Amino acid sequence: MSGVPILSLVTFLPLVGAFLILLIRDDGDAARRNIRNVALLTTVFTFAVSLLIWIYFDNAEAGFQFVEKAAWLDSGISYHMGVDGISMLFVILTTFLMPLCILASWESVEKRVKEYMIAFLILETLMIGVFCALDIVLFYVFFEAGLIPMFIIIGVWGGKRRVYASFKFFLFTLLGSVLMLLAIMAMFWQAGTTDIPTLLAHDFPANMQTWLWLAFFASFAVKMPMWPVHTWLPDAHVEAPTAGSVILAGILLKMGGYGFLRFSLPMFPLASEFFAPLVFAMSVIAIVYTSLVALMQEDIKKLIAYSSVAHMGYVTMGIFAMNEAGVQGAIFQMLSHGLVSGALFLCVGVVYDRMHTREIAAYGGLVNNMPKYAVAFLIFTMANVGLPGTSGFVGEFLTLFGIFQVNTWVALIAASGVILSAAYALWLYRRVVFGALTKESLKGLFDLSGREKVVLYPLVILVIFYGVYPAPVFDATTASVKALINNVTVSIDAAQTAAAN
Amino acid sequence: MTPELLSSLSLSTPELIIAVGALALLMIGVFSGERANSTVTGLAVALLVAAGAWMLVFGHDGAGYGTAFVSDPFARFMKFLTLLGAAVTLIMSVGFAKAEKFDKFEFPVLVLLATLGMLLMISANDMLALYLGLELQSLALYVIAAINRDNVRSTEAGLKYFVLGALSSGMLLYGISLVYGYTGHTSFEAIAAALSGGERQLGLVFGLVFVLAGLCFKISAVPFHMWTPDVYEGAPTPVTAFFAAAPKMAAMALIVRVTMGAFEPIGTDWQQIIVFVSIASMALGAFAAIGQKNIKRLMAYSSIGHMGYALVGLAANSEAGVRGVVIYMLIYLVMTLGTFAFILAMRRKDGNVEQISDLAGLSSTNPMMATILTILMFSLAGIPPLAGFWGKWYVFLAAINANLYALAIIGVLASVVGAFYYLRIIKIMWFDEPVGGFQPMAGELRLVLGLSGAFVLFYVLIGGPIGQMAEAAAKTFF
Repeated sequence: MSGVPILSLVTFLPLVGAFLILLIRDDGDAARRNIRNVALLTTVFTFAVSLLIWIYFDNAEAGFQFVEKAAWLDSGISYHMGVDGISMLFVILTTFLMPLCILASWESVEKRVKEYMIAFLILETLMIGVFCALDIVLFYVFFEAGLIPMFIIIGVWGGKRRVYASFKFFLFTLLGSVLMLLAIMAMFWQAGTTDIPTLLAHDFPANMQTWLWLAFFASFAVKMPMWPVHTWLPDAHVEAPTAGSVILAGILLKMGGYGFLRFSLPMFPLASEFFAPLVFAMSVIAIVYTSLVALMQEDIKKLIAYSSVAHMGYVTMGIFAMNEAGVQGAIFQMLSHGLVSGALFLCVGVVYDRMHTREIAAYGGLVNNMPKYAVAFLIFTMANVGLPGTSGFVGEFLTLFGIFQVNTWVALIAASGVILSAAYALWLYRRVVFGALTKESLKGLFDLSGREKVVLYPLVILVIFYGVYPAPVFDATTASVKALINNVTVSIDAAQTAAAN
Repeated sequence: MTPELLSSLSLSTPELIIAVGALALLMIGVFSGERANSTVTGLAVALLVAAGAWMLVFGHDGAGYGTAFVSDPFARFMKFLTLLGAAVTLIMSVGFAKAEKFDKFEFPVLVLLATLGMLLMISANDMLALYLGLELQSLALYVIAAINRDNVRSTEAGLKYFVLGALSSGMLLYGISLVYGYTGHTSFEAIAAALSGGERQLGLVFGLVFVLAGLCFKISAVPFHMWTPDVYEGAPTPVTAFFAAAPKMAAMALIVRVTMGAFEPIGTDWQQIIVFVSIASMALGAFAAIGQKNIKRLMAYSSIGHMGYALVGLAANSEAGVRGVVIYMLIYLVMTLGTFAFILAMRRKDGNVEQISDLAGLSSTNPMMATILTILMFSLAGIPPLAGFWGKWYVFLAAINANLYALAIIGVLASVVGAFYYLRIIKIMWFDEPVGGFQPMAGELRLVLGLSGAFVLFYVLIGGPIGQMAEAAAKTFF
């Protein structure tokens, strides 16, 4: 496999598709069908190529693989790409979710199909780039540029309050990111490079770590999102079109967790240790508080959005437990949540396409004429709750296991979130799916169409498969996570010894 | 002719080309009347291109006319930007001149004279040369601002600009006299040498403040920005485009040369002033633009903000900082020219429109125009990977290196506030219902807008060589 720039290929393939779509004149149904087909083929092909990364990935290797490096801008900023166990599966998750998103938008997006597909394909390039970038400036460019297509997606194809939601999304995220930008500059002057592998080996002075950590935290906490800067998420989710919500919940939120793992933890280990209690506090507040908020929601999408914030609380908690179980659990939780929350939004999309409302009260008794839908929705709800046997359980269990070794109280409060999540998720399911089919408007609903089956069934299979047999994921991540934990512990121990002397 | 004069003349050939050419064009215009407008404009562009080409082929380092005039990589880089700005605005004025009965041959001639002043400013290495260049530029600009003399707004703009500009020139001159009084020199090198010797006197600091105040007026930095929104709004659009592009390049180059050349030994003094002016400009540019309804007025506040960002680089007082300023000005120039090409193309059947609300739903009526303006707006907001981000990257990089953390943090926060109004324009074009499209764009505007959009979009691919050129230009002072 050496010699083939497979990461660049996967990253920029969607851009090629976007360019092809640009050449299609958008006039009439035939053209629109072509546009959809090109978009679908591009994303499927990208997924297929990205699977090669997993196949040829060396699980025993802890460092970066498939590395590409080329001179780019001055000051030593280079085009440097590569993946390790932490980032590789996020690339696969991205390429896997994209075809589903295109399919989910097949009929629901009727106006401006061309612009819609171009925006999604550009977004895919930028998201893959975030996970592959090995130069911190390159990372920032991908990270930040993703705002542009997402802003347009929410604003043009969103719901009633789309303008408010898109502005809030954009400005919140930008505000967090610009502070990180300054931190990147400070790191450049301190270490003399923007190369991530070099920065990972660089020891930043302890007091500088504190400031850098805070600046990175500002960005990733907003992106994650952590309580109390999570308020943009429910708005963005509710107003975004279905596929936009899937991408938001499935990939964009993971960038925050990925950032913590790639930068905050290994580059600023002392500051991470110092601020860990703060992160724990914010995580458990997120888990308990947003779960309670989720209980009160009238809107299905908003409920799932708040549940996402709660689930991300487990992730941050696991990452800053700074032990193998916690970090492994956090990575697994992010991957699993990418599948489950994406699937839940797709489920909402299925009924929204039929009824054009997201009000919980407008539904009830769907099990009667939509049995297949009810089963799929049930499995995703159970995975969201964290039922053993679904992928949701593995991540939650491991993060709790990891945190238990560090702080029992945090583990205790966080565990109560599992119960709360069962409360809101099951109650939602009861109100939407069970009960008598009394509402006239619901009686004519038909079950999943062929296209919807193609979208949802693979997710059902994966959610159960990884719940029962999570080993493929852990095989890929273990080496890198072990190296990460080892580096962090060594740095912290060295600092403690130095302080003791 | 002495050899010294000959070498001076050869060094200033671009200026001579424009000076002689402008006078010749004036004759052509006077004798052939208003019919000559398009010929004169075409020839004026040719002169600007010739001056630029001469610099490219024969440009060399050296000093002439005593030490009053220098040519170095920095001067040539900034002169290229100035010539580019002037030439492009002249090209863009052709269609407007036909449509709006703005066909006065005096306009290209005055633009040439103003450009001549700017080139002299950029090469000035002596307080007197500085003042001569600046006044030649300013007098031409006063007339240009009021060139639409039957229009109340245009004459008001011209008068306002003249009164405030004369005041600032007076302050500048007063500052120069103080500096001369305390150092006994007008040449930048001699001033620097005098300053680096003994301790500095209070009167000299006064002189410095007055000089900087006069120069800040020319780049419309806060608190000397008051004229900008009115002049931008009142002047005919091609004139506004010219104001936003070329004079800013020259005045910024001048500030860099005065601070890095003449006042280099008292860096800590002027750094404070520049930091303050920079913060004030960024903040005002960000907040005051939010409520604007007229797109030219909005661009005025936007340009005030951008001058603030460029000054962030200067505040660092380092080679990286000057490099940042140079790159920022280049990127600002391209984005501004593109945006004004768009504004000039905001035409309905019954004439030009200037309200932001006129853009509603443009993405469905004129998708190509809307897409390129969207790219430009995201770039002005400083979102990567577009060019505007890299401009900010270089100036803030220098500020962080100079430990100006407060300046950098306020700067990036202002850029978030500023992003709001750029997003508003995008929102109006993409999210709102259409109100009717514009007339098809004229060819030359299409070209300018397209090239500008391409530059902004593909800066990531060409940023390496541009960075090297800017670095060479910045090395001049170090």
